[in-house]
Amino acid sequence: MVKSIMIVGVGGQGTLLASRLIGNVLINKGVDVKVSEVHGMSQRGGSVVTYVRYGEKVFSPVINRGEADIIIAFEQLEAARYLSYLKKGGKMIVSTQTIDPMPVITGNAAYPDEIIKKIKAQGVDITAVDALELALKAGSAKASNVVLMGVLAAMSDEPDSAWIKAIEESVPSKFIELNKKAFFLGKEAK
Amino acid sequence: MKKLMLGNEAVARGLYEAGVTVVSSYPGTPSTEITEFSANYDDIYAEWAPNEKVAAEVAFGASVAGARSFFAMKHVGLNVAADPLYTMSYTGVNGGIVMAVADDPGMHSSQNEQDSRHHAIAAKIPMLEPSDSAECLSFTKLAYDISETFDTPVIIRLSTRVSHSQSLCETTDRVNITNKPYVKNVAKYVMMPAMAKGRHVFVEERTNRLREYAETSPLNCTIINSGKVGVITSGAAYNYAAEALGDTVSYLKLGIVNPLPVKLILDFAAKFETVYVIEELDGIIEEHCKCLGVKVIGKELFGFIGELSQEIIAEKILGKTPENVNFTEDIPVRPPVMCAGCPHRGVFYCLSVNKVRVSGDIGCYTLGASAPLSSVDTTLCMGASVSGLHGMNKADPEGAAKTVAVIGDSTFMHSGITGLVNITYNQSNSTVIVLDNSITGMTGHQQNPSTGINLKGDVTAAVNIESLCKAIGIKRVRVVDPYNLVETDLAIYEELAAPEASVIIARRPCALLKHVKHKPALVINDCKGCKMCLKLGCPAISNKGGKAVIDAVQCVGCGICTAVCRFGCIGGVN
Repeated sequence: MVKSIMIVGVGGQGTLLASRLIGNVLINKGVDVKVSEVHGMSQRGGSVVTYVRYGEKVFSPVINRGEADIIIAFEQLEAARYLSYLKKGGKMIVSTQTIDPMPVITGNAAYPDEIIKKIKAQGVDITAVDALELALKAGSAKASNVVLMGVLAAMSDEPDSAWIKAIEESVPSKFIELNKKAFFLGKEAK
Repeated sequence: MKKLMLGNEAVARGLYEAGVTVVSSYPGTPSTEITEFSANYDDIYAEWAPNEKVAAEVAFGASVAGARSFFAMKHVGLNVAADPLYTMSYTGVNGGIVMAVADDPGMHSSQNEQDSRHHAIAAKIPMLEPSDSAECLSFTKLAYDISETFDTPVIIRLSTRVSHSQSLCETTDRVNITNKPYVKNVAKYVMMPAMAKGRHVFVEERTNRLREYAETSPLNCTIINSGKVGVITSGAAYNYAAEALGDTVSYLKLGIVNPLPVKLILDFAAKFETVYVIEELDGIIEEHCKCLGVKVIGKELFGFIGELSQEIIAEKILGKTPENVNFTEDIPVRPPVMCAGCPHRGVFYCLSVNKVRVSGDIGCYTLGASAPLSSVDTTLCMGASVSGLHGMNKADPEGAAKTVAVIGDSTFMHSGITGLVNITYNQSNSTVIVLDNSITGMTGHQQNPSTGINLKGDVTAAVNIESLCKAIGIKRVRVVDPYNLVETDLAIYEELAAPEASVIIARRPCALLKHVKHKPALVINDCKGCKMCLKLGCPAISNKGGKAVIDAVQCVGCGICTAVCRFGCIGGVN
């Protein structure tokens, strides 16, 4: 059985690092893993999505509509955008942060209100966390991604040690302590 | 132990293990990381060339001198490298030559969706197509054996989902290969008509031998399951097909996509009632099957546009549609934007306010075409801003006073220089703006000949853009700081008015570079709601209930909004 985790957000929010952390945790389980990333133009503040899939044998590196077991959204509008990718009965983790896209900034479109409430109304199991505030508490707004990994860890069977090892292998040494703090703040928030 | 590797990283590992010593490339999404990872190996000399043609020729020279060499590019880069490549097919190799080309189905970060297999067919060069990272590694290594056995360059065809997906790889040690001896061989390496005629005969014979190889090579593999349906596929499309159809169908997975086998396909197809060809972009395998008289179903279902997926295949073949929930309201699009603090913004703001026509180019600054700056009028290919501007001005000399070209420093080095030579040689009154942010930005910060640092991180000679432009014959060359709107606006006004060609260098490093120091975030006090700052298209400024607000996390204090606020409301923290 292949499991699918999707990470969505805005270019520059650190979704790439998050997908790599999950990938690192999973290879230690001895399962087949594929992590799909997007580089280039969309990293410049566009809507970005990365996929993590694992199981006995994974073929496709991408996740299609109705296939994600878990979607981790770094921003509310992106949660709404990719909701259709969630499997029936799947779970969503969303950071309550909102970032206006350019059509909203220029007044050509409106940012939908009460997104989390509307997603919940569809019967979706959604966990909302103010990841930005917790990241600032840990010491840097950039650690929002690791806060959200903490929230995911609280839902997963993997031991904390596996996540900490992945953090130690993936972030520069001077930011390890900050990111560990962010991870546990996220874990406690769930 | 198995390691999770990006497809591009696995190609680089394959180069290392195959004993490659010379790598030369120009960055281009989604191919860039191959060369960056190659540079991490001390045993590989790796460099950024000014463009893909130069890179290909460097690899050719290294091969003639006896080394195993490599060059990489994105699909459109292969158009630039096509000239040396097509004749390299004739010369063949001394040390093995392999190149990687990364296609971008779905155009995640590209200006077109061309299928590079056409180049392999036209150049008569074998092309291998891996479907995951483990194959990226093993195919790359095998490509050197094919190159040296058949005396040919070999192309590895990648795509975004193969290049930028991580999957498990097993690594081995590097083979130690010494350079092959250099032997002067005019009939093989000097391609003038008398010799090239002989080599063309060789190329045709080689293609026949390669086709024989493709009939039995383990790179083309058959997976027989029960059922009456066969699928012929390759690369990323194989993974989507295997995901959607599983073991209900049988597969012929082609790892060699040029030349395509004949007998293997005929034998496979004969076993099934229905045969599908599942391939991204053009119908090359499909046309080949049809020429062989094999009845297949392909493009009539899947079309020629964009990426395939398991969802598309399940829908088209099995009639399955996803079960899911949808957000019921309109969701505003989120296009990519110039970053907060991007130095390009100041230039595009001045051009936009003055309603200047802009002949654009390829790079982060292509985003100058997006609202609200909406400043760029054309974007074609690398370097076309400068040569295109000359054409516009020749056709419409009066328009020259309100038309400029914009081109980044890396793109100017790539292929803008020759366009500027044309402007001075053929005398047009053109104004070119070099957006010099001291780095190749969009592809993720690669050095270039004007940076002063090479791929390995060593300090090196830097091309001086001012001196270069003057040497080309441009008399009016001036440098401005694009954060200084008054200076930038004046330069654009004066150079457009000047009765001769000119170059404005808008110089400030990319705001994302690690060594760039940022000022504290700005704040807006007592906003009057005039919305002038919102016309900058800065992602750090948003409109909250009619008042502009600055996001302190994103703002880098560049001060461009301070300059455009008529009421002086934007400044430092109180």
